[in-house]
Amino acid sequence: MKAPRSIKDFSKGDGPIAHVAVEDQIPLPPPFDKIEEEKEIPPLREQTRENYACILDDTVLVNVPRPKTKEEEEALVNGFLSGLRKLFTPENNWTFLQPLMMTMEHCAKCQTCNESCHIYEETGRNPLYRPTYRSEILRRIYYKYIKNASTWVHGDVDLNWKTVVRLIELSYRCNLCRRCAQTCPIGADNGLVAREIRKLASQEMGIYTRELHKDGSMLQLTVGSSTGMNQLVVKDNVEFIEEDTTDLTGIETKIPWDKKGAEILLIHNAGEILAWPENVGSFAVLFNAAGLDWTLSSDLAAYDGINYGVFYDDVQFARTAIRHAEAARKLGVKKIVLGECGHAHKALTVIADKVLTGDLNIPRESCMPILRDIAKSGKIAFDKTRNDFPVTLHDPCNLTRLMGVIAPQREVLKEIVPKHRFREMTPHGCHNYCCGGGSGFAIMSGNNFAEFRHHVFGRRKFRQILEAFQGEPMDKEHPKYVCAPCSNCKGQIRDIIKYYDAWEKAGIFYGGLVELMVNAMVDVKPGYIDFDEFH
Amino acid sequence: MSLLPHIIAYVALAVFVVAVVVRIVFWSRMPLHVRWELYPVAHEGKRARYGGSYLEEVDWWKKPREVSVAGELRVMVPEILFLVALKENNKKLWVRSFPFHFGLYLVIGATVLMMGGGVLQAVLPGAMGGGLGRTIQVATVACGASGLCLGLLGAAGLLHRRLTDPVLQDFSSPADIFNLVFFMVTFGVALLTFLVVDLDFSRVTAFVHGLVTFQFDAMEGRGLEVFLPAVSVVLMGLLVAYIPLTHMSHFVGKYFAYHAIRWNDEPNLRGGDQEKEIQKVLGQPIDWSADHIEGDGKKTWVDVATEEMSK
Ligand code: SF4
Ligand code: SF4
Repeated sequence: MKAPRSIKDFSKGDGPIAHVAVEDQIPLPPPFDKIEEEKEIPPLREQTRENYACILDDTVLVNVPRPKTKEEEEALVNGFLSGLRKLFTPENNWTFLQPLMMTMEHCAKCQTCNESCHIYEETGRNPLYRPTYRSEILRRIYYKYIKNASTWVHGDVDLNWKTVVRLIELSYRCNLCRRCAQTCPIGADNGLVAREIRKLASQEMGIYTRELHKDGSMLQLTVGSSTGMNQLVVKDNVEFIEEDTTDLTGIETKIPWDKKGAEILLIHNAGEILAWPENVGSFAVLFNAAGLDWTLSSDLAAYDGINYGVFYDDVQFARTAIRHAEAARKLGVKKIVLGECGHAHKALTVIADKVLTGDLNIPRESCMPILRDIAKSGKIAFDKTRNDFPVTLHDPCNLTRLMGVIAPQREVLKEIVPKHRFREMTPHGCHNYCCGGGSGFAIMSGNNFAEFRHHVFGRRKFRQILEAFQGEPMDKEHPKYVCAPCSNCKGQIRDIIKYYDAWEKAGIFYGGLVELMVNAMVDVKPGYIDFDEFH
Repeated sequence: MSLLPHIIAYVALAVFVVAVVVRIVFWSRMPLHVRWELYPVAHEGKRARYGGSYLEEVDWWKKPREVSVAGELRVMVPEILFLVALKENNKKLWVRSFPFHFGLYLVIGATVLMMGGGVLQAVLPGAMGGGLGRTIQVATVACGASGLCLGLLGAAGLLHRRLTDPVLQDFSSPADIFNLVFFMVTFGVALLTFLVVDLDFSRVTAFVHGLVTFQFDAMEGRGLEVFLPAVSVVLMGLLVAYIPLTHMSHFVGKYFAYHAIRWNDEPNLRGGDQEKEIQKVLGQPIDWSADHIEGDGKKTWVDVATEEMSK
């Protein structure tokens, strides 16, 4: 195994310090258990290696140009230290100062949290990917270079441009799922540290991933959505969805826009509109059939619930959350309801809770409790036998471990899936594993990052899915449904299924929760979920 | 010489109290931070069993929020006493860390018993002569001796692990090793004192009684009878003063880690108390330098968060 043997190795050498080899990894369950049939992560292209500092591992995401002069090297180090200083000031980082200080000061370095991290485990326990590794490096830099404290007490590390670039890149080898924090006996949070490193890089040095910043939060704040759809395009697309849903369900489906005074402003992840229009259509069918008073908003950023700031930048986060709330205020709705998107849930419901005040402080809630109430209300007749295939449920971290919304989606499944067809993953609920797409990875594919994402980050989820379906015939003639009620998770699960060819080889299908609900509706034409249409 | 242990004990206690108070003030004066809770949240009542929250309700802001103190205690008490989180997630470490921490609790318990006995004797002379005094003495010896044994064993186990596990070795600083050695030496000397010259804890009890009643009599006896208890008291004193000055003050930090962060799910309701505090932090200047922020130390969070964005 190629791996750093010590923390001190992090600042040394010119090339990558780690490599994930197939033979170091734990084989998957059948029918994917032949390790010799697994693909290696393809090497980075020569040109990428020449242009960028590819000095961490097999892939590169942040694309920092390799410094050519001493001055450029120093600029990286100085920028990092300047950001690090700001990270510990209450004015610049009131948002996370207390949790960050707690982790900096009280980690006992006991290594308990490592075992809980799917990334560390699925690399065959490569030391570079320990939750503690990047935190310890940041901690040592902080004490040595910012606090001028004794290295005898806090440990030593060298700070050079390689340490900086590697640390920023390494902050993008974490899904920010905070499973490690859940197991820490002290209450330290290594997931947060990864986020704070990303934040420092973005807010001070202007170093970020293209997908989260230029093509993500900036696009959303300027054009209206990270998908690039402006108001006209999104309305056009939704019109198509109305037509398609009407055709598929046999129910005349209307999707209201900008309805003043509506009870509910529903905000979808706009990725659904393009990639999974049936999800948007299903919400409309259910909300209309339940007689809810709802609307979408065509205001800037308000037809896209994503808030990528939550993964890397507090300022971009606050800007986006405020745009969402402003749209709700303008319409005069009673509440905002988030569609099937985990990070949008956490961003607007939980984190923005300490940003929105006065008339922007409009109540916000998850769609899950509403869907549970719809399923149980009796207003819509469901026929469970329409969902007579094995179903397992993925718990999005943002919705479950980080928000505590766990029971409603299970109560919905009880109403729409035959009992013997549902099986939980192990572990599940608030102890779930991340899909591997968390923290924005689901939308990142540059260089060879997609392969790395599927092969490493998503491997534990794929393992869990396979384990959940063990005992079922593993072929395409017997479709099995992974219910993933989150847009990013759904994207990641789709990508893992494609990477392993698991639809063709094992009949593993995926989709959201509302699609399953509509599929079971008695008033809907049978066959709403079309297993021949894998996309 | 006879006064030195007393002085060290008082100074140590004073340092301990001041350092702990400073830590408490430090953590409680931290600025408001965004919500960063982690489920299960223990005060969520029945939902805490599976990690659920009040956000599972439609219109949750219209409904009374359950904050179960009993639920918190059900998690906190076993966590403090038995280090449940560590037991569940790292058995190998728990078999060392639990005796270490429990040993500490027992030693603290023995000290409190001795102090209580001293106060009782001063207030009600003669009360310590009967059954109550005997019970306190037996309990003191039982707690003290078993605490020292467990603490020493635990510290030795932790040190052995730090020195032999390559990962822990890499992550440990010299101070981490020193801390454990310090514990071992202090507990070792105290245990030696108990075994060699103070099997009934009468000497250390007399010293503690003197401390709480401000009577500074010289220790009776000679040679090791005086030397060992005196060294033991000095070491204990230094340890007590040292702990809160290091990361071992996590016994304070952990309270805030749970109550201010992991379990802090208090919502900011419209027109509620939190809004003013939020407006205050949002009114602070920002000086992050990246192009998309251009903080200049004058623009506030509100300014940057509400400015029009151009491509
Ligand atoms: S974060 Fe917690 S579990 Fe991990 S090493 Fe530090 S104290 Fe131990
Ligand atoms: S937050 Fe999740 S992915 Fe990141 S280190 Fe912790 S367990 Fe691993």
